[in-house]
Amino acid sequence: MNEGYILQVSQLNKAFWGVIAVFNVSFELKKGDFLGIIGPNGSGKSTLLNLITGFVRPDSGSILYCGREISAKKPHSIANLGIARTFQMAKAFYRMPAYKNIIIPLCSARARQFRGGVYGERDDIAMDLLEEVGFDRSSGVPYKLTSSLPHGYLKRLELARSLALRPDLVVLDELFSGMSMAEVAGTLPILEKLKERGTTLLMVEHRLKELFRVANRVIVLNYGRKVADGSPRDVMEVEAVKEAYLGSE
Amino acid sequence: MDVIVYGLVNSMTLALMAVGFSFVFGISQISNFAHGAFYVLGSFIAWGFYSVLGLPYPLVVLFTIISNGLLGAFLFWVVIYRLRGQPILEVIASFSAGIAILEFFRWVGGTGYFFNLPTFFSGSIDIGDVTIDYQRLAICAVAILSVGFLTVFIHHTKIGLACRGMAQDEETALCFGIDSDQVAMISMAIGAALVAVATITITPIGFISIDEGYQVIILSLAVCVVGGLESIFGVMVASLILGFSQTIVTTYIASNLLMIVPLLAILIVLAIKPSGLFGKFKELEERV
Amino acid sequence: MKNRKERIDRGIKARTDDVYAVSGPKEISYILFPRMLLVLGLIISSILANEYWQEVIVSACLIGLLAVSWTLLTSVGLVSLGQALFVASGAYIAGILNYYLNWPIFITIPTGTFVGGAFCTFLLMPVLRLRGIYFSMVTLILPLTIGKVFEALHILGGNDGLSGLGRFTNSTVTCFLAVLATLGCFFGMRRLMATDYGLVFISIGDNDQAAMSGGIDVYSRKNQNVFLAAAVGAFVGAFITHWIGFVGTPAFALDYSILPIASAVVGGIGSQAGAMVGSFIVVPLAEILRTLGGIRMLFYSLALLVFIILLPEGIFKYLERKYHQFERRVKVE
Repeated sequence: MNEGYILQVSQLNKAFWGVIAVFNVSFELKKGDFLGIIGPNGSGKSTLLNLITGFVRPDSGSILYCGREISAKKPHSIANLGIARTFQMAKAFYRMPAYKNIIIPLCSARARQFRGGVYGERDDIAMDLLEEVGFDRSSGVPYKLTSSLPHGYLKRLELARSLALRPDLVVLDELFSGMSMAEVAGTLPILEKLKERGTTLLMVEHRLKELFRVANRVIVLNYGRKVADGSPRDVMEVEAVKEAYLGSE
Repeated sequence: MDVIVYGLVNSMTLALMAVGFSFVFGISQISNFAHGAFYVLGSFIAWGFYSVLGLPYPLVVLFTIISNGLLGAFLFWVVIYRLRGQPILEVIASFSAGIAILEFFRWVGGTGYFFNLPTFFSGSIDIGDVTIDYQRLAICAVAILSVGFLTVFIHHTKIGLACRGMAQDEETALCFGIDSDQVAMISMAIGAALVAVATITITPIGFISIDEGYQVIILSLAVCVVGGLESIFGVMVASLILGFSQTIVTTYIASNLLMIVPLLAILIVLAIKPSGLFGKFKELEERV
Repeated sequence: MKNRKERIDRGIKARTDDVYAVSGPKEISYILFPRMLLVLGLIISSILANEYWQEVIVSACLIGLLAVSWTLLTSVGLVSLGQALFVASGAYIAGILNYYLNWPIFITIPTGTFVGGAFCTFLLMPVLRLRGIYFSMVTLILPLTIGKVFEALHILGGNDGLSGLGRFTNSTVTCFLAVLATLGCFFGMRRLMATDYGLVFISIGDNDQAAMSGGIDVYSRKNQNVFLAAAVGAFVGAFITHWIGFVGTPAFALDYSILPIASAVVGGIGSQAGAMVGSFIVVPLAEILRTLGGIRMLFYSLALLVFIILLPEGIFKYLERKYHQFERRVKVE
């Protein structure tokens, strides 16, 4: 019944004071999938991510994670169950050196299961994770105050922070926005590696070319409704999708 | 019967005190803990214009409102402006500015029956078997006018909308061409002017009292916590609740229990609906 | 030919930042000097001072503790406008236990500390779910209104309070105890903030949503933070009760809320050391100004305002900078 489905979203609805953000959205994710969520601005993509990760409570509908209902859970509980996320506007801890950002999730309840989480050990794990997302350990950048880092670095820092939880599902909200071509090219292999390891990924993106290279499935949202669901190629052929992006004749 | 009348008067008094604070703090979201200080400041200014300079009363009213407004704007420029965007500092700075003003008046000797303001009209009227003086009726009228004015202002004038926009998302407001510093300054000026109206109307009943300044900020905060920070309607409702509760308690239980009402009201609201009766309840997470 | 100011870390600072810190007496003393100044300075002055100045030292220590507690709250982004609430809790609990149950001082003070801290935490729990500004509003209102209610209903003696309570043996003992407690708490807090536990506090203050997405139970951590801060405040209250042998509505005084903030601002917001330095500047100065009459509150609030606007980094940060770095004028290339 629920075998293999890591995420099951059914009939999800959310309206903010009369404005419908998400309307009857349903989809399923199998373990190891790489799902892309695309759609024009205002189509409810970020709201959908916020619903899944617990930052917004749905008006109705259910979200099952490995068979458990998570729609009413708080964000930190959802994170501790194995869903990690990044934010569209990179949210970093500015008052500390960059690498210490990674230590925070290593202090969570989940991290204690995986790594023992002994004080002192966390510094090494943080540096390892930073290397994984492309920071150069010897460059001194990890030790710089986070408030001095440029946007692209902050985005990669977000990614490293999400990986610190050793998540089973990674939710990415416009990870590539604000990144240069080089940075995107450097980040794609990391996502591929995650895919190989069996991590499920859910990614909202506007940069379709890069997304289609890694995603095996795409959902299109328009005005809060799901208008297409399939492989990247199939989805781009759907009339409704072309309408959504380009407008009707 | 008299409980109803006095309760109503008390409620209107609270509303009048709190409405300026609710506008600056609730609607424009500027920390304005100097609100009580401006209440007392306004009354001293009025006293100065009237008793020292001997100006005719209508002019006194006009000048006081304008002066208070200007001083509110001045406080913004000197203190708040430099700290915009750092909420911790804004709170501390407005809080200490308020205390500095109040304690300054205490230090220069602004205490005593000597400092008082004249009433608008003398005489009283009988409603049923209750005698109510015209000044207290004036409070009710002015309170309703103020709340009405503010509601219209917030929803139907450009500046009012600018205040709300600035409070919701300052960056977006800037993109729309709203100079958030100017709007914030105007908000504080209006808030100070409103509290000047309040003090001119309310103080004549007693006399100028510096401890009243502390009372005003406590009561205004209580009204906002109970009613909900972002809602003028909430201010009205909360004023009615607190006003009537206070009157009932002081009449039937004990006359010195005045301050227990706001305290209990806050504790109850925090336990049941922390964001206030009409506050838009946003859990910490939902600010995404 | 234009010049610009350049700030460079002193050589000795660069050396002591790393393992070379123990390479020689000069380096070791560079690190130890400020700390020894504080520790020895406090201990020696409490021995040498006369009774009047011992009392000033005790006041400065207690306000310093309240400022340290206040700073701990700012690390998670909470601004307390009512440290007096914590003080009154500890004061009354210690006073009640001593007055009605005749418990000795060395039991009432710890009990007052922990029970007072727990009580305040419980009281403030609902507010922690909301935006930070609610915490400021409630901490402002609670001590002022509760104090007035105690006064009106003559609860626990009202203004007259409970008197004749147990006191410390003499003023030197009081001074020593205060100094010891202060040093212990100060260094303990610094240690705490340097660990990962303290780091999580700072992360919550910086961006609580990012912390949530990292699996941190922000609500629970905030409660823990408030408990620690409230316990320190309650300790101050309990200490004062047995210092003056009395507890009453003056425990709710606005002074206990303003002075710590003034100290922290003057010394430098955000650092425990700044809070301590600030209180040892503000409190003695206020003592000296006592002769001018009711100017105390005016002085504190004005000092607060001036520093917040003109020198927000505070005196401690300024001194720290001078200690660690030197400036020179350099030609602009």
